[in-house]
Amino acid sequence: MDQTQTIDFKKHVRTYIAVFVALMALTVVTVAVSYLHLPITAAVVVALIIAGVKGSLVASYFMHLISERKLIYWTLALTFIFFLALMLLPLGSESDKIVN
Amino acid sequence: MQIPYTVTARPDTGVYNAKLGVWLFLASEVMLFGALFSSYILLRVGAPTWPHGYELLNVPLATFNTVVLITSSITMVMSWASLMVKDFRKYRIYMGSTFLLGLVFLIVKAFEYGAKFGLGIYPAENTFYAIYFTLTGLHGLHVVGGMIVNAYFWGPGSKMWHTDPVRFTNRVEVAGLYWHFVDLVWIFLFPSLYLL
Repeated sequence: MDQTQTIDFKKHVRTYIAVFVALMALTVVTVAVSYLHLPITAAVVVALIIAGVKGSLVASYFMHLISERKLIYWTLALTFIFFLALMLLPLGSESDKIVN
Repeated sequence: MQIPYTVTARPDTGVYNAKLGVWLFLASEVMLFGALFSSYILLRVGAPTWPHGYELLNVPLATFNTVVLITSSITMVMSWASLMVKDFRKYRIYMGSTFLLGLVFLIVKAFEYGAKFGLGIYPAENTFYAIYFTLTGLHGLHVVGGMIVNAYFWGPGSKMWHTDPVRFTNRVEVAGLYWHFVDLVWIFLFPSLYLL
């Protein structure tokens, strides 16, 4: 918090409550979709999209990433590249299977 | 020696030091949980059969815990917002609520673990339970860590409000960043382990 910052906090609180309601609604949706027993690929895609939206809401508003300094964005961009590499490692192992 | 840039932003980074420090720590946490998520994908894709989480785990309890953790995130951000408008009484209420909600989360998790242990199911049962206990156990430890910090800022650490309110507000903000990250991890753990 910079002392010079002047922010309308009542507006902020309203945003936090709106995000909270959206997170609750998306939790209900993700659980409801799981009861449909979709094929696994479709289920994974839907679950990850919903989790992605929820995660973005938390990061953007609760963690204030929507109005953060450039250095933090660069740090997270670098982290994301390494995270993506981690997620792609299993794919590498798939292409490395010994074919009989 | 005075620690520099605890209140004002450092000119070259644009943020106070603790904020950059916590973000760097969270970046390392992304890699820690990322490695385990990657292992989970590798194990699941490579396994000849894999159970659906909802067949083995208690989805209603985990849904309740998701609601609890999301609620604790809003009480956390409200505790910081209360300090920003200089309302210390409300801060104590919101921070106390955050701590209690963390406790509720752990109690529910203990019931879940207890039910499995009661059936003789431990991490060694199979690969699914190994990754389930590892991921949720590590996440649970993070909740415990956050609760210790939150309890300190609710109790003895809050004395700083009367001597250095801006620095204390910044401390609560970075504790919040960590707490929201723990919430964020659960947002991905819940569908990955319980719903798929």
